[in-house]
Amino acid sequence: MKKEQQLDLYYQMVLIRRLEERGAELYQAGKIGGFMHLYIGQEAVSTGLIAAREPRDRVITAYRDHGVALNCGISANEVMAELLGKATGMSKGKGGSMHMADTSKNMWGGHAIVGGHLPIASGFAIGDQYAGNDNITICMFGDGATNIGYFHEALNISKIWGLRVLWVCENNQYGMGTSVDRASAVTEIRQKAEGYGMKNGQVDGMDVTKVYEAAKEALEFVRKNAQPYLLEIDTYRFRGHSMGDPERYRKAEEVKKWQENDPIGIFNKQLLEKKITTAKVLDEIEARAEQEVVKAVEFAEASPEPAMSELFTDIYAD
Amino acid sequence: MAKITMREAISQALMEEMDRDPKVFIMGEEVGVWGGTYAVTKGFYDKYGAMRVKDTPIAENAIIGGAIGAAMVGQRPVAELMTINFGFSAMDYIINQAPKLHYMFGGQFTLPLVIRAVGGGGRQLGATHSQTPDAIFAHFPGLKVVSPGTPEDAKGLLKSAIRSNDPVLFIEHATMYQVRGEVPEGEYTIPIGKSKVQRAGKDVTIVTYCKGLELSMKAADELAKQGIEVEVVDLRTLRPLDMEPIIESFKKTNRAVVVEEGWKSYGVGSEIVSRIYEEAFDYVDAPIIRVAQKEVPLPYNRTLEQAALPQVADIVAAVKEVLK
Ligand SMILES: Cc1ncc(C[n+]2csc(CCOP(=O)(O)OP(=O)(O)O)c2C)c(N)n1
Ligand SMILES: [Mg+2]
Repeated sequence: MKKEQQLDLYYQMVLIRRLEERGAELYQAGKIGGFMHLYIGQEAVSTGLIAAREPRDRVITAYRDHGVALNCGISANEVMAELLGKATGMSKGKGGSMHMADTSKNMWGGHAIVGGHLPIASGFAIGDQYAGNDNITICMFGDGATNIGYFHEALNISKIWGLRVLWVCENNQYGMGTSVDRASAVTEIRQKAEGYGMKNGQVDGMDVTKVYEAAKEALEFVRKNAQPYLLEIDTYRFRGHSMGDPERYRKAEEVKKWQENDPIGIFNKQLLEKKITTAKVLDEIEARAEQEVVKAVEFAEASPEPAMSELFTDIYAD
Repeated sequence: MAKITMREAISQALMEEMDRDPKVFIMGEEVGVWGGTYAVTKGFYDKYGAMRVKDTPIAENAIIGGAIGAAMVGQRPVAELMTINFGFSAMDYIINQAPKLHYMFGGQFTLPLVIRAVGGGGRQLGATHSQTPDAIFAHFPGLKVVSPGTPEDAKGLLKSAIRSNDPVLFIEHATMYQVRGEVPEGEYTIPIGKSKVQRAGKDVTIVTYCKGLELSMKAADELAKQGIEVEVVDLRTLRPLDMEPIIESFKKTNRAVVVEEGWKSYGVGSEIVSRIYEEAFDYVDAPIIRVAQKEVPLPYNRTLEQAALPQVADIVAAVKEVLK
């Protein structure tokens, strides 16, 4: 990766972190409602992954989608506006935290039925195969989602039909309060691909460079061979499953141990140790991200509520 | 009489039945270590252990299909759907298998199974997580569908559901766990398939259930201040449907409003209104009005969501309309 790109990835990770920290405060203040799932701790996953895609590659994910939206190039303004349910959000305030999409950025949405978007991802690849292009669909999902039928149906069909899908399991060790070993017959999720004769790999999701490299390689394989690939990215969410999670299922020490592996801290250290940049530059980047979030909150707060007539728009396309 | 919350009522019913009958066990997502997403089964895992309080993977088909199988071989599972919306992922089991297996095999199989499901909107969860699709489930003969609106009914009906030899879908409302109400001391059950007059009145009959009951009782208070006495009949069970108290009330008031949280088209209200016209046409003094959800998927934005959901003011207006 070039220096500029590395600094950009650093900026993106900090932006996600700051935006969500602010989001959590706004949630506590009652300005954001519904379910809100924070990505804090997992920033290196989508940041590294999406940096490795071509712009024409499609991205689809689950409800933990703020980071993915930002990485795909959706503005902090729009993300914050959607969180606040404003008309200027990318889903016009009708989707909220879990439902962020912008097809012009090839971000095909956060989806909130666990596993439900996997067959749809196969469908994107069916559509692209039918169109005769070599676009790739990058489909992200949690460890918990690999235990529902949707996952298995989607993987199987992608293999038999030679669909260009990069299946990306973000293994953050828990599906809500259930640890992987209590919910999944195998704790290495990538093994599930073996059952479908599918090429697979596994990478440390706390190191953005490693994620980027693994994703590059996987995408190259998918593009070249017209075959799906399952990439397991091991990570950890530092916050609760969603806002208001009592976190009775894990010990504070466990969380603390992972937090010592903060993906932003790790990357910061790498950039300095490899003398790619200086602490001053990184501080400036952090300040810029902070500023972007301040602006986004101002924008969102000042934005109008959707008009009452919006209740009845977009029910049908015709 | 003790005053307890809906949450406590449901929790007590589960615990009493688990203590009474070792065949009763619970399975679902986050029912154990987490204590239930809505804290209904808090403490159960420590008390009963992992065999009787089963934390499942996220696998709705394995949950409902598994509960059907366990019921067929003689256990009494209480399967929990974290929300009724996730039941759509297991629709084949809920509507295409559970209601049929007893009938289709000439009564050989019995399915003493309860599916607890949390439904309802109003929490800004967006279109896929906020539905009140009760009518869909009530469409299928062979499935019993219960949806209480008070802690007393919730406790008594859930105990009956667990003791029933048929599959029962027990629908709770996500915004009602803190609702308080009087519950009889000691052991009691309430029969499935009995509607109940929750408030007596002479001017207009309101037919409703679950969240609609909460709203209708508030509307009744408001209307009483204006000198209008409504009678509120609570369905409590959607299938089998007990029309008797409704018809009896309607013969007295000759006017009715039907209140439900789900969509109006093809809804619970459609059924009730048809039945009133079929069974008491001669008593109709005014067209019956349905109060229901606007025909849109529920939006996230709070103002829009509330505008789509039926409100107390809508019920008050509808009652005045049928009195014109
Ligand atoms: C079909 C379905 N069942 C249950 C849920 C409730 N639910 C939402 S997120 C979640 C846990 C998912 O865990 P995982 O896939 O590991 O993703 P993570 O939240 O860890 O990112 C559950 C059970 C749902 N949304 N959809
Ligand atoms: Mg997970």
